[in-house]
Amino acid sequence: MSEIAANVAVEQVLDGGALDSHVPQLNLETHVELMAKQIRLSILKQSRRAHVGHIGSALSIADIVATLYGGAMTLPSPDDPERDRLVLSKGHAALALYSALTLIGWMSEEQLDTYCADASLLGVHPERDLRGIDFTTGSLGHGLSLGAGAALAARMQHSDRRNFVVMSDAECNEGSVWEAAMFAGQHGLGNLIAIIDLNGQQALGYTKDVIDLAPMHSLWQAFKWDVHEVDGHDVSAMAKTIDSLDTRAGRPHVLIARTIFGKGVSYMQSLIKWHYLPMSEDQYVQAVAEVEAGS
Amino acid sequence: MRGAFIRTLVEIAREDPKVVLLTGDLGFTVVEPFAEEFPDRFYNVGVAEQNMVGLATGLAEAGYIPFVYSIVTFASLRTYEFVRNGPIAHQLPVRIVGIGGGFDYGTAGLTHYGLEDLGVMRIQPGITVVVPADQDQAAAALRSTYNLPGPVYYRIGKDDGRTLAGLEGRFRLGCTERVREGDDLTLIAAGSMAYAAAAAAEKLAGLSIEASVLIVSSLNPAPADDLAKTLRGVPVVVTVEAHYVNGALGSLAAEIIAENGLGCRLFRCGVTDTPHGLVGGSSYMSDRYGLSADGVVRSALRALEEAAPAAI
Repeated sequence: MSEIAANVAVEQVLDGGALDSHVPQLNLETHVELMAKQIRLSILKQSRRAHVGHIGSALSIADIVATLYGGAMTLPSPDDPERDRLVLSKGHAALALYSALTLIGWMSEEQLDTYCADASLLGVHPERDLRGIDFTTGSLGHGLSLGAGAALAARMQHSDRRNFVVMSDAECNEGSVWEAAMFAGQHGLGNLIAIIDLNGQQALGYTKDVIDLAPMHSLWQAFKWDVHEVDGHDVSAMAKTIDSLDTRAGRPHVLIARTIFGKGVSYMQSLIKWHYLPMSEDQYVQAVAEVEAGS
Repeated sequence: MRGAFIRTLVEIAREDPKVVLLTGDLGFTVVEPFAEEFPDRFYNVGVAEQNMVGLATGLAEAGYIPFVYSIVTFASLRTYEFVRNGPIAHQLPVRIVGIGGGFDYGTAGLTHYGLEDLGVMRIQPGITVVVPADQDQAAAALRSTYNLPGPVYYRIGKDDGRTLAGLEGRFRLGCTERVREGDDLTLIAAGSMAYAAAAAAEKLAGLSIEASVLIVSSLNPAPADDLAKTLRGVPVVVTVEAHYVNGALGSLAAEIIAENGLGCRLFRCGVTDTPHGLVGGSSYMSDRYGLSADGVVRSALRALEEAAPAAI
């Protein structure tokens, strides 16, 4: 697809809401990549407008969220009890999720524009009061047990719905993560899919210097999980991996998604300070230009 | 009352397939009737209370009514943030069952004494807090609250087989129950401290002091209206609780007396120091911290003397 055609498709998304109904001519991979690009632009726009941080963390999972909401998850409607569930355990990256909910038509652009405003349902961390959010998060280490409970419920109800948990690598410092990991492994919750955003950074330093959990792969394997290492910016590879998982039996699954913190914005990439900093106007203009020029 | 609680839960589970029981590897000789009858709805999640509450939140989101079972301290304190950000934040019907309370686990030591659970749970507006006085009230309380839409915390005594005379299993959420009338002072007891309060009232009657005994069995919703009405005109009020004096029943009574401009003098009978080091049976520990019937009598006499020295 040419750049012009891609821009037209993005415009259609911006104008109309639901991606599926507006750009049927795109193949899935292009569709998801466009969605990821749009999520990045939304992250920049909204965090600039609200003058808040956590930009790098949200950019880090833009491709993961685009993969999930661009087709990997089964999402008939926000109220369908048989929809796949998502726990954004790294709740501080909720802006990426809000952008995805807007792109699939579950939330309006007008509502997205209330991010972090007074009397908004869209805080820095997501709450269930917002339609489309399954679980309130923001306290690291909580999400995997929520997801394990949701997965256990689905099994008890003989439902094929799947339960996704998007976590950060630093979040695995929390002991409660491993409580949930042990339970899910012990009970073979194959309908539980954790995706770890392995960007190697945490609030005050690089994970290797704070608490080094490498090799992450071995840790999860030891807890009886089915482990897949993926490029967290390769939407096609992630979608294929998720599609290949046997979620009706066997072990719980974890995708260790190698990512770049701040992906898409050169001056943010892999720099600790962009965990919290907001952007200046000049930085915003540069960031948008880089994301728009990116593939 | 934990045996009666589980027996009632089994009865409810026969009628309601939504009921699930999770234990944090505790409940030997207690949880088996449920586990044997409903093996598909019973999980020993291991020694992992935070995860237990997280799991219960996920189960409740999908329509279940999960009960999580542990000793008071582990059920309420270890899990606290998971309870706050889980069933309370989501307003889901998770039931947290804390066994013990006060010095029920006397020889087990400080780690097993439940002295702040009612306080920390009570301050959360979104959770019902139930503290039954005896096994019949525990069964009634469970029946009337198990199906509430939001979360419930139950503090369930470890003792089995006792019933409190005059209570006859009555339970009304957000109300007090009176088991004795008297005009000289009012004893207000939280949950199973009703036994000590009632026995203390008997002993006080032998000294020609007539005490009313009120039982508080739910701290959320608080029996605010009942207490405001009952305490008006009462000269001396003594709260009796197997808990630190701050945060739970004594604090609730102070709030109601102050907010309603009631003139009564309040004395709080409870634990004031961190009980570490010396241990003993639950009766010994309760007596040591002034929570036996004799301890309550001593508190009542001191209260009467300080409030109106000339009257004694």
